[in-house]
Amino acid sequence: MDIFEIINTVLSKNGLITSFVFVGCIVWFSYFLSNKLTRGKFHGSAIAILLGLVFAYLGGTYTGGKQGVADIGLLSGVGLLGGAMLRDFAIVATAYGVKLDDLKASGIAGVSSLFIGVALSFFVGAIVAIIFGYTDAISITTIGAGTVTFVVGPVTGSALGASSEVIALSIAAGLVKSILVMIGTPLLAKYIGLNNPNSAMIFGGLMGTNSGVAAGLAAVDPKLVPYGAMTATFYTGLGCLLAPSILFLIIELVY
Amino acid sequence: MVIYGVALLSLCMLLGIILGEFLGRLFGIDANIGGIGIAMLLLIFLSDYLKKSFRLGDITEKGITFWSMIYIPIVVAMASKQNVLGAIDGGLIALLSGGVAVLLSFLLIPVLSKIKK
Repeated sequence: MDIFEIINTVLSKNGLITSFVFVGCIVWFSYFLSNKLTRGKFHGSAIAILLGLVFAYLGGTYTGGKQGVADIGLLSGVGLLGGAMLRDFAIVATAYGVKLDDLKASGIAGVSSLFIGVALSFFVGAIVAIIFGYTDAISITTIGAGTVTFVVGPVTGSALGASSEVIALSIAAGLVKSILVMIGTPLLAKYIGLNNPNSAMIFGGLMGTNSGVAAGLAAVDPKLVPYGAMTATFYTGLGCLLAPSILFLIIELVY
Repeated sequence: MVIYGVALLSLCMLLGIILGEFLGRLFGIDANIGGIGIAMLLLIFLSDYLKKSFRLGDITEKGITFWSMIYIPIVVAMASKQNVLGAIDGGLIALLSGGVAVLLSFLLIPVLSKIKK
């Protein structure tokens, strides 16, 4: 009887429970660092998210998989806890107690930020693709779409018939965006006035990446989460609608 | 009963996602349009309505607020399963397009915040 084997089997079999312990330890350690090193100035949840990303990097290097630590058998439960189903469930729950008036007051700004956000990210991606020597409209559109979010990229790419390398590149661009939003939001929140429902809705509409917005706002002020998530949730859909149609036509006109 | 709250939350989420799928089909795209946003609106309207007509019990309410409080740990788990390696391996094109897009979007937040109705 190998004691490590027994522990290993139990932890793997009860993956979701193991993930509670794993995340609990990260959060505890992060708040400890936040209090001791920054006297609470840098939010504990921001540190926890950063640590999560570091672990995800290490997990990816160790296993060669795409799911961060969730590819390590022992921690496969993290994949369920941090997956889209529970994340979306918790996001919906944050809406409980939101004031309708706050939503209405920022409605127009929220909707315009959605259209501006999708167009801005798309054209940034498209221009970078052009600078790096892409000359066919399909590849340029796909990379632009990936910069919108890592869902819009492959959806657009497969609709237009882009090559698999270009689709992989578009996913990477979306990943970079989502991770930078996670890291950048708590650092920049103060300077851009991200401290009220109105700017949170605009933030959600401009950034659009669900995971980036969810993590970014959690690290700034959890009360703002529902407002940002509300607009962000329409972003990927709008991107999937615009990128293969109007935005592709614009690119095709130029090329 | 705590399950009433959890069930109400779940019902809102499922209805929202179903409507989002319908919206997607309507526009002929293979994606969910705003399903979670619709679910959030449903929950806001429903809780608003229930508060006016009769109170959700404290315990029932906890079935919803628990999930809203467990949100940050879920986000930490989400961060731990990101494909960080894939983002870095995407090379300069991915880093540059993602980076510039995020930077410009951040800069636009104070500008758009000035729009009032």
